[in-house]
Amino acid sequence: MQSKKVTLKVFRFNADTDYLPYYKTYEMDVGNHEVMLDLLNRVKWEHDGSFSYRRSCRHGICGACGIKVNGKSILACKENAYDMTELFGDELIIDPQSKKRAMKDLIIDKSDFWDKHEAVKPYVEAKIDEHPEHENQISQAEVEGLLDADYCIQCGVCHYACPVVEVNDEFFGPAAFVSAYRFTADSRDEASTERLEATAQMGQGVWDCVKCFECQEACPKDINPIEKITKLHNMQFEQKVAVPNVATRHAEGFVRSMKKHGFLDEADIVVYSEGYLGMYKHLNTARKMIKAGKVHWDDALPWVDNVPKSKNLDEIQKLIEISQTNKL
Amino acid sequence: MSQLHYALYTGCTAKQSTPELLSSTLAVADKLGIKLTILEEASCCGASHLQDFDEFLAHVLNARNICYAEKLGLTMVTICNTCQLNSAMTKEALDSDPVLKARVNEKLAEVGLEYKGSSEIKHFLYAMIDDYGLDAISAKVTIPLSKFNIAPFYGCHNIRPSELHKGENPYVPTSLDNLIEALEGNSVDYESKNKCCGFHVELQANHTSELLAGNAMIDAIDNNADMVVTPCPLCHLKMDTYQDDISSATGRDVEIPVLHMPQMVALALGCSEKEIGLNFHVSKATQIME
Repeated sequence: MQSKKVTLKVFRFNADTDYLPYYKTYEMDVGNHEVMLDLLNRVKWEHDGSFSYRRSCRHGICGACGIKVNGKSILACKENAYDMTELFGDELIIDPQSKKRAMKDLIIDKSDFWDKHEAVKPYVEAKIDEHPEHENQISQAEVEGLLDADYCIQCGVCHYACPVVEVNDEFFGPAAFVSAYRFTADSRDEASTERLEATAQMGQGVWDCVKCFECQEACPKDINPIEKITKLHNMQFEQKVAVPNVATRHAEGFVRSMKKHGFLDEADIVVYSEGYLGMYKHLNTARKMIKAGKVHWDDALPWVDNVPKSKNLDEIQKLIEISQTNKL
Repeated sequence: MSQLHYALYTGCTAKQSTPELLSSTLAVADKLGIKLTILEEASCCGASHLQDFDEFLAHVLNARNICYAEKLGLTMVTICNTCQLNSAMTKEALDSDPVLKARVNEKLAEVGLEYKGSSEIKHFLYAMIDDYGLDAISAKVTIPLSKFNIAPFYGCHNIRPSELHKGENPYVPTSLDNLIEALEGNSVDYESKNKCCGFHVELQANHTSELLAGNAMIDAIDNNADMVVTPCPLCHLKMDTYQDDISSATGRDVEIPVLHMPQMVALALGCSEKEIGLNFHVSKATQIME
């Protein structure tokens, strides 16, 4: 067994008595068998009994012990402490999942997470025969279609790794989208339209996702939340829930551009997504880009075509014609 | 070392709003003696947005692009993080799922193409570092960047998901820092170097977009950066074009030159002003040449 000296800089705060949070430093010999939760336990048991954090199962099941280490969102019971020092060096900075939601040390007010989880109806909604004569069978393929979304333990590790959650209070966040997908993809469920409509709403829904892949990187259960976000986008079109708006037209507008040029028409995609009336928001940016020679004053005129063309454009047009599966 | 030869997938941006990205890439390749054959047949990668509308169609079109690199028997290099990710995602999906590969090839057969999976796909940043080598680049430097503090901004789609970007840790990325040091610049260490610029929601959620870009840029500025450098033209568009909006959203004066990664290399290798193309920037950056 190996061990080494590690310095922990731990976020300390008591919302009832402290005006500002502060960091307290603890040094300890850390063995290569220890997980981050062991280190938190040792701070509490060997240094300061008032140190507070959530913990329960210690087996990556209960989802209580989410924290951040040097900015990386982790489940403390799953992450080996040695691995963390190999990544970040021998000084580890321990933070709560969200500093602005801190209540006592690493314990946060997780109500935003649960409210958003609740908002996507995280349960099967179905009219049930109260006196069934046979079981409700689900095929192997249907279960596999859930893409492991049913493994989510609601630990919030992806939710608090999401940069949009940090700046937009309305945004449901990756974990709620995983739940929305899990139940919408369930063949027994009858609330799929409702769920898809909720996750299609601007501000709260999937269209505000910035596609940073932080959630996929963070998930301790390897669920890949952004894959489910893409599925929800696709399902909105497949199930005709998507209504034409700036975001849906932007996604669909790529096909329009590629049919004409192979490449994206950068000016047209903005005009097509926003509509001519919506362009007033972009006049200032357009003016600056024209001045720098990035775009041309006539790029957005429908009868002018300054866009470079892909060679063998007919192949692209043919492939779109025979492969397109969705419409807006 | 035999001459390196790649198929260059330019993407849309380098052919339209960031012409300086293409000219500086070609100039750098020329100086280093790397041969680039432009894939003129290639289309847009879908930019993660076509994928939201129609994932299968996006796979078909990206597979077609890769087919043309395969025909040349070359590794495909990209100069945009989002092109890199979407091409790599299609490759991963097709190489790991024979059923999907067959479905895609059924469509491609209609235009006389077949996706085989024989070409690698890598961003030009990694082609330079892994294949050409940092020492070899260092040896070509004629104008050391020693007077500049340069903040590397990696851009999400070159580092996440990590399973598609082996060799770079998304939490502690180093490639761009190492490249800056190889050009004798001072790489700025700051927390936001691996964060998101918010480009992809600029249209529908511009406030989110402005805040994400702004938080990262402020972090760079507060750590004494003279410029930000990024391998992604979408990060570049966001951070260069929207500095006014970013300043209003964050309440700070966010003014800093933002360079494409190849522009920075071109600067150190002594490429011409025209090739570097700082005049195409919205935020004033030409002072760097002085």
